[in-house]
Amino acid sequence: MKEQLVLIGNGMAGVRTLEEILKLAPDKYEITVFGEEPYGNYNRIMLSPVLASEKTIDEIMLNDEQWYVDNGITLHKGKKVVDIDRAKRIVKAEDGTEAPYDRLIIATGSSPFIIPVPGADLEGVISFRDIHDVDAMLATADQYKHAVVIGGGLLGLEAANGLMKQGMQVTVVHLMDTLMERQLDKAAAGLLKRSLEERGMTFLMEHQTEAIIGDNRVHSVRFKDAPEIEADLVVMAVGIRPNIELAKKVGLHCERGIVVNDTMQTFDPRVYSIGECVQHRGDTYGLVAPLFEQAKVCANHLAEIGIARYQGSVTSTKLKVTGIDLFSAGDFTGDENTEELVFQDASRGVYRKLIVQDDRIKGTVMYGDTIDGAWYFDLMRDETDISDMRQNLLFGQAHLGDSGHGEENRVVTMSDTAEICGCNGVCKGEIVQAITDKKLFTLEDVRAHTKASSSCGSCTGLVEALLAHTVGGNYSTAPHLKPMCGCTEHPHDEVRATIQEQELKSIRAVMDFMEWKSPDGCPKCRPALNYYLLCAWPGEYQDDNQSRFINERAHANIQKDGSYSVVPRMWGGETTPTELKAIAEIAEKYEVPTLHVTGGQRIDMLGVKKEDLPSMWGDLSKAGFVSGHAYGKAIRTVKTCVGSDWCRFGTQNSTQMGIDLEKMTWGAWTPHKYKMAVSGCPRNCAEATIKDFGVVAVDSGWELHVGGNGGVKVRATDFLCHVSTTEEVKEYSAAFLQLYREDAHYLERTAPWIERVGLSYVKERIVDDENGRKLLAQRFLYSQKFSQIDPWSERASGVDKHEFIPLKQVS
Amino acid sequence: MQAVSKMTEQEWIDVGTLNDIPQLGARVVKTTEGNIAVFRTAEDEIFAVRDKCPHKGGPLSQGIVHGKRVACPLHDWKIHLDSGEAVAPDEGCAATYPVRIEGNNILLSLLPNEGCPNK
Ligand code: SRM
Ligand SMILES: Cc1cc2nc3c(=O)[nH]c(=O)nc-3n(C[C@H](O)[C@H](O)[C@H](O)COP(=O)(O)OP(=O)(O)OC[C@H]3O[C@@H](n4cnc5c(N)ncnc54)[C@H](O)[C@@H]3O)c2cc1C
Ligand code: SF4
Ligand code: FES
Repeated sequence: MKEQLVLIGNGMAGVRTLEEILKLAPDKYEITVFGEEPYGNYNRIMLSPVLASEKTIDEIMLNDEQWYVDNGITLHKGKKVVDIDRAKRIVKAEDGTEAPYDRLIIATGSSPFIIPVPGADLEGVISFRDIHDVDAMLATADQYKHAVVIGGGLLGLEAANGLMKQGMQVTVVHLMDTLMERQLDKAAAGLLKRSLEERGMTFLMEHQTEAIIGDNRVHSVRFKDAPEIEADLVVMAVGIRPNIELAKKVGLHCERGIVVNDTMQTFDPRVYSIGECVQHRGDTYGLVAPLFEQAKVCANHLAEIGIARYQGSVTSTKLKVTGIDLFSAGDFTGDENTEELVFQDASRGVYRKLIVQDDRIKGTVMYGDTIDGAWYFDLMRDETDISDMRQNLLFGQAHLGDSGHGEENRVVTMSDTAEICGCNGVCKGEIVQAITDKKLFTLEDVRAHTKASSSCGSCTGLVEALLAHTVGGNYSTAPHLKPMCGCTEHPHDEVRATIQEQELKSIRAVMDFMEWKSPDGCPKCRPALNYYLLCAWPGEYQDDNQSRFINERAHANIQKDGSYSVVPRMWGGETTPTELKAIAEIAEKYEVPTLHVTGGQRIDMLGVKKEDLPSMWGDLSKAGFVSGHAYGKAIRTVKTCVGSDWCRFGTQNSTQMGIDLEKMTWGAWTPHKYKMAVSGCPRNCAEATIKDFGVVAVDSGWELHVGGNGGVKVRATDFLCHVSTTEEVKEYSAAFLQLYREDAHYLERTAPWIERVGLSYVKERIVDDENGRKLLAQRFLYSQKFSQIDPWSERASGVDKHEFIPLKQVS
Repeated sequence: MQAVSKMTEQEWIDVGTLNDIPQLGARVVKTTEGNIAVFRTAEDEIFAVRDKCPHKGGPLSQGIVHGKRVACPLHDWKIHLDSGEAVAPDEGCAATYPVRIEGNNILLSLLPNEGCPNK
């Protein structure tokens, strides 16, 4: 029989928990919901745009009543729960409705705080919390003129803006001398006030409300030591209080909020609580992002999966007033131990401040241009060392490295037809529509529904910006450390460390030990695990072919028509007439439709039938070729220029250096593809400074460069160091490669990896620590003993035969 | 009347043994009307699906098998092996075929199951 689950509070956190449970354990519970409000579940955040006539109530419904029916949930709408019999496990509503429970969730949200001044109960004095309040405001705006909003915080300003849009004259009364003092510093608050005044809002700063005057209906507001002002409507937006009335009454332990543990249980373990009514590790929250994280954990526990823990959240704030961009997160004031980085352009109305301590971002305030807010927020939560980007940090992500996005990053002003995701051809309008129609909240949702940002990921920032802008509030928060994929709660680094510490030597062992949620993983985690194991246990780990993407499994690149391409190595881009003849003959023999000289200085034979691959490889082997790994997360090419052998400017033999490097490294598997190049002089014809590892010859030796790539987001390399001898180039190159292999996340190329860990870290490990460098190089060379076996000649001689021939031919 | 005569010839073809297909893998049966991918899961269940992704025709047999699903190698749509349906939010369907194991042998019928409009 199903267990009974009752939810008190039909709001954002509670219903999100139900949605999560329905995903995890759809048949476990018989669900009953009590909600004081007379509707299904709606997006409370969007009340501000509704008030400003930018949305309608229908548009902000998240789950209409049909949703409850479809999911077999009993909804008691418009019924307030007034008692819980915890001994008999029964919930009782005001009208006498009762419901028994095995488990209970209390998600009663919070109540607006009403300042206890005389007249606070007059008609026309309201708060800003629910649909009812919005209806009241809209009705008043129809008939009356003067509105007073008490409270110059987030809610107050959104209310004031909406009322102004409805044609009222609005005065905002604030106790402090700056607006939104909990989110903004003086400078940003000043800019905000100025632009709101330009729109016609009036402010009374440092005003303390003394009384609200009126007979039945309010007609004015009186202050301490200041003249009285006229008012037909007073909106109190001075703060919220966790709604703990019910919980307290039934004896659940409460302080400021209902106290819960890391699995969102109250002191009565059958009773869970989530949302604004909750106090967790001393903190209460008033934004949805942390509540949704809580909901996930709570659902996970209710589904008896029991691996998730809530550990608190870092939050950020945006203001949903169209045309005003403002972002704030963390500690934005600082103290004697912190430094301030400030950018200010008063005439453009742009202001950015970062608080930095020990090369980590502690907080930020941004005004006017907030496109980089999500990025700073990520750097802050990940505690990224920013010393290497400090110079350009304030100018934003687009100014890091040589990336070429810059001005495009203004999603807000982009037209609906502007393409956001180049890989999947998704434009802004489609994304916005999916977010609104399908009520999407997270990046993952948008990826699933529109495919935007699901391929190369370079547009992730734009999609997050769109998401934040469309749904308002702060939705871009991924958990502090992102899990590898949906199959596990563990992030990449933790998995890698556990593989080492626990000496796990197979994918099965990792999944069992780390309690994978899916029986055999997914296409995201399996290739990653396969690589991590291979890198950790060279020579021991038995490669799992079925966990490799087809290209790596079949050692050729699949093409759009299901045929394959074959790219043999041409060491350092050099070839001979004999090799070229062999390629020509083989191409003719297998009727290869296209030969193409690749961007990696070798020849691609495209359009080969899968069945032909092994024998074609056999012919290539006979001619002395090995696989070029053009298909792998592996060492790709080493591009070279002709160098000192021929070129009048060449300072060193760059071609030979390239060949040596390729012979040393070929066959190695890497987290993402890895490319090298060697140029014979700083004219750099081999484009060494956009490669993962680039070598540029100079008179006195060699310059080593790291972390570059071409592709969607070009990044020029960072200069690592200068060395004198060929041996040193090889040692540094092997050490750097091994550091990347051991350290990076799967599918993270050297460029994003270096931006994440910092160039200083790489220098410490490779340049400063001689012994460490030598050990890294040794580990690399050791693992090469097992990887420099040409996969093509192996397959030509019969390995994995089943991969290439049909199971059966039926006529 | 091609269809009618086909309906009557529910005929099982022996296409090989379980060991011919790697666990979490697939092999292809070539027919005059295109390829059929025969999948084997971790639990040794067998499924037969038309080797043509409902998205842009990618060869599903080349994808990564996980649970009872396969990820298409071209653009990563996930397809349910039992129904041939794309995993939501993607929409589309690849025909499935009756397949069973007798002793150690895999028996396949070339007559697609009903249910998927996109044969
Ligand atoms: C064949 C080739 C194009 C050509 O005919 O010239 C090519 C073809 C593909 N490239 Fe490339 N790239 C080729 C040189 C390059 C270069 C130039 C270079 O290597 O100097 C670049 C820019 C340099 C770089 O990588 O930083 C390049 C940047 C990319 C990227 C973007 C990488 C990035 O980090 O942003 C991708 C996408 C990816 O890997 O996710 C990509 C992906 C691809 C894929 C694998 C797309 C795919 O998944 O099917 C193409 C495979 C075609 C095939 O089946 O062979 N290709 N690709 C080149 C093969 C080089 C070789 O000999 O191995
Ligand atoms: C105008 C406005 C704008 C906002 N903007 C943002 C924003 O931009 N970004 C952001 O992150 N957050 C924003 N918020 C905050 C966000 O809406 C809340 O954090 C969130 O709704 C809290 O969810 P909850 O489930 O805890 O509470 P609620 O959504 O308030 O749900 C609680 C529900 O429980 C019901 N209830 C209470 N007691 C009982 C009882 N005894 N019996 C039955 N039912 C009961 C209430 O009627 C209510 O429906 C905004 C809030 C408002 C009001
Ligand atoms: S070869 Fe590279 S640039 Fe050309 S279409 Fe394919 S991925 Fe794009
Ligand atoms: S063809 Fe299968 S996902 Fe595109």
